[in-house]
Amino acid sequence: MKITRRTFLKISGATAAGTLMGGLGFDLSSAELYAQELRIKGAKETTSICCYCSVGCGIIVHTDANGKVINAEGDPDHPISEGALCAKGASSYQIAINPNRLQKVRYRAPYSTSWKEVSWDWALDKIASNIKKSRDASFMEKNAQGQVVNRTNGIASVGSAALDNEECWLYQKFLRALGIIYIEHQARI
Amino acid sequence: MTNHYIDFRNSDVILNMGGNVAENHPVSFKWIQAAKDKGAIFIHVDPRFTRTSTKADIFVRLRSGTDIAFLGGMIKYILDHNLYDEFYVKNYTNASFIVNPKYSFEDGLFSGYDPAKRTYDKSTWALEKDEQGIPKRDMTLQDPRCVFQLLKHHYSRYTLEKVSQITGTPVADLEKVYKTYGTTGTPDKAGTVLYAMGWTQHTVGVQNIRAMSIIQTLLGNMGIAGGGVNALRGESNVQGSTDQGLLFHILPGYLPTPRAQWPTLEDYNKTTPSTKDPRSINWWRHRPKYLVSFLKSMFGEKATKENDFGYPWMPKLDPTQDASWLNLFDEMYKGTFTGFFAWGMNPACSSANAGKVRQALAKLDWMVNVNVFDNETGEFWRGPGMDPKKIKTEVFQLPCAAFMEKEGSISNSGRWMQWRYKAANPPGEARPDGDIMYELFKKVRALYEKEKGAFPEPILNLKWDYETDGHFDIHKVAKEINGYDLTTGKLMANFVGLKDDGTTSCGNWLYSASYTEAGNMAARRKKTDPTGLGLYPEWSWCWPLNRRIIYNRASVDLDGNPRDPKRPLLRWDPSGKKWIGDVPDNAVPPMGTNGAYPFIMKPDGVASIFGPGLNDGPFPEHYEPLECPIEKNLMSSQRINPVVKIFEGGPDSFASCDPKYPFVCTTYRVTEHWQTGVLTRWLPWLIEAEPQVFCEMSLELAKLRGIKNGDRVIVETQRGKLEAVAIVTSRLKPFTIAGQTIHQIGVPWHFGWLQPKDGGESANLLTPTVGDPNTMIPESKAFMANVRKLTKQPAKKAVKG
Repeated sequence: MKITRRTFLKISGATAAGTLMGGLGFDLSSAELYAQELRIKGAKETTSICCYCSVGCGIIVHTDANGKVINAEGDPDHPISEGALCAKGASSYQIAINPNRLQKVRYRAPYSTSWKEVSWDWALDKIASNIKKSRDASFMEKNAQGQVVNRTNGIASVGSAALDNEECWLYQKFLRALGIIYIEHQARI
Repeated sequence: MTNHYIDFRNSDVILNMGGNVAENHPVSFKWIQAAKDKGAIFIHVDPRFTRTSTKADIFVRLRSGTDIAFLGGMIKYILDHNLYDEFYVKNYTNASFIVNPKYSFEDGLFSGYDPAKRTYDKSTWALEKDEQGIPKRDMTLQDPRCVFQLLKHHYSRYTLEKVSQITGTPVADLEKVYKTYGTTGTPDKAGTVLYAMGWTQHTVGVQNIRAMSIIQTLLGNMGIAGGGVNALRGESNVQGSTDQGLLFHILPGYLPTPRAQWPTLEDYNKTTPSTKDPRSINWWRHRPKYLVSFLKSMFGEKATKENDFGYPWMPKLDPTQDASWLNLFDEMYKGTFTGFFAWGMNPACSSANAGKVRQALAKLDWMVNVNVFDNETGEFWRGPGMDPKKIKTEVFQLPCAAFMEKEGSISNSGRWMQWRYKAANPPGEARPDGDIMYELFKKVRALYEKEKGAFPEPILNLKWDYETDGHFDIHKVAKEINGYDLTTGKLMANFVGLKDDGTTSCGNWLYSASYTEAGNMAARRKKTDPTGLGLYPEWSWCWPLNRRIIYNRASVDLDGNPRDPKRPLLRWDPSGKKWIGDVPDNAVPPMGTNGAYPFIMKPDGVASIFGPGLNDGPFPEHYEPLECPIEKNLMSSQRINPVVKIFEGGPDSFASCDPKYPFVCTTYRVTEHWQTGVLTRWLPWLIEAEPQVFCEMSLELAKLRGIKNGDRVIVETQRGKLEAVAIVTSRLKPFTIAGQTIHQIGVPWHFGWLQPKDGGESANLLTPTVGDPNTMIPESKAFMANVRKLTKQPAKKAVKG
């Protein structure tokens, strides 16, 4: 059998558990192995790439039968990170499993002191109509010199290096179709 | 990066300057360690002793904002001691090119300066051409007007003593770094540089990197394994988001955004880079094909030859308009915008002079804030000093999926485009960002279809068809970016086949070849390494054309043999008439005495030691930061970069050499947090590890100000102040600058008022609105501050037992 890094870890894990017997006087190895396996037993593995710095470390995300994230750890097959993760990458499962995640669409009305939960449809309809209002009111076909510019002066956007490539491309398409020129993001700062 | 992360292991000397690789790109350090294990020398140059410094063979300090002085001294040292790679300098750089006789440099100013406009007329910086339009050269490098001699002259002022007075780095330390790095000027040695925001966030940011690029070309370190100029970027997809054109000045693939002076496609294409030199490949000559293919990806069948492929529908900037970050928020502050998207961003903490940004947000009618967690931007209306009852801004906060809850690709600093699969559904009603923008645009379009409105053509004609079985499908976007041959409907194999007649589409030419008829290249996981150099050509995919090290023909001699036989990145096989190794930076035969130059993206085909295109001079020159501790620049009468834009009035002010703000301050990151902390401040493990903002200072400064380790202090600048915990440490030491003792302090910038409640505020309340004159990246790494003990220290909790 070809011993990969991962099978090696399994073997060395079993050895470590086995040696416990000597220290405690009774055999914990089966319990230890059971406990080690339980956390990700039957879990589905999905490969991903860390969301933080630009090294691009490989992450394996484990999900249980209900599709819930139960673990995230370094991908030993990844040629850059070889299974390693920093403190941030190693805690990335806490992004998925976190009571503080935003889970509802929220709206804060002008001069209001609080948020109100609203539906996606309501929010997107209202944003769309705001976009149209701002765009129509600020659209400039020609600049002061009489040159054709066809742009929307009244809307700006920042974001985002936190998006995937495909989303970034789609986002610039969306913004430029609206005539927006104030398009910036993290790369500038 | 010109190279990639694993390639660090191929270096003989690694310089980390303007960065802190061990703490901010921790896992990449294994490749520095791999190089060290083989005998490489690792150098760290920084104002602060960090965990990177602990692993360095050589650590030296410099004052924040003096990198050009430091590197200018290195250029002089390399030239004085003949450490440069003569073959490389003569054949692969513009060292032999002759400069316009009207070019001059005097007392800090290059020729052509207009003090009223604070700009240069760059015409006198031009390179001379002969009757055929080919650059004039002196291959002996002796002509007094050749780039090499001008370089020598320019840096003759950067003596060890002068540099030491400016940087505060002892002469012996300077010599140690210069001598060590200078050893990489032979073909069998490779030196690499790793930098980050410690170089970019300055009013001389671009010229910091230019100075190092000059060093790398002098030493023949560009285009080789173990070499290059390598930006360690701060976000997992900031490379990709830049590539995809989310900046005011570029469309995807670095095509310039249309401007008012180019009303037609023909006018735009007149600006295509050109050369008359048959030896220069000048790859940018293909730009018209990339623009038309991009327009086809925007407007599909509606883009026709008759309507200039929809070019008139693209918004146009005014001729010299700069719509970059600092100007954007300045305009917002002035009330220019009614609407604003903060999509996956937290400018209330991430922007320089964040206090101004928070006030600016109150001038909007509406804001859309899309994020994974709550943040100070979405909540600005009830932040410190705000009265919600007086703030009109409508805020929509849209919850989005985190990275493991959606599918798509990201590009790391080594240009590797890596695919991520979806592991789980987003919680509650959160949705992937792509789904949100897809649905939102459909609603906007429906409104324009129903009600018409201003200039509806680009909205009504936009190609917006990325659904499979009624659901948004990210793969369809990935394919759009790669591009199609519209005559066959097949995906493009790569960008070489793109055309300017409307028969091909391509969202981003640089990413063409990433998703072909052979499949999704970014998802590849095969670990073959035929060169043994760690290129892994079948793991993921990298732009352009899966070329892992760019400008790689500079690694071979005129006959196509590797100049460094130990690290053969490329080799010409004369019998097969092909290159073996990395994907060659153009597959032309070896250069010989009259073949194609290796730097194919430069109009002249060679690396620019003399760079006439930048706004602040063809050679990097030391200027002080906008806020600095000395009244006179020791190099010239120009204290600051003469072409920076000065923002003054309202929330914008600065104070240089002001006794109220006597200490040099810089901002930085810690391993456990990321950016404004918008993710990491909400994660229990990380916030426990790094719970609050702190201010690092030297033992000497602490004594001077009566501050003890752990005391609460106020850090204050002309713009704002914050409370922090003092860390009194020997990691910082006072500098001797021009005979005076100058103290340096530092503050991490990951915090904000919202979470945790007692974690402290953003360090960007301190930073000034001022940017580099080429990029407008803010100067967040060098400004002047005061630090004082908080007179009322919070009561200490009684310790039981």
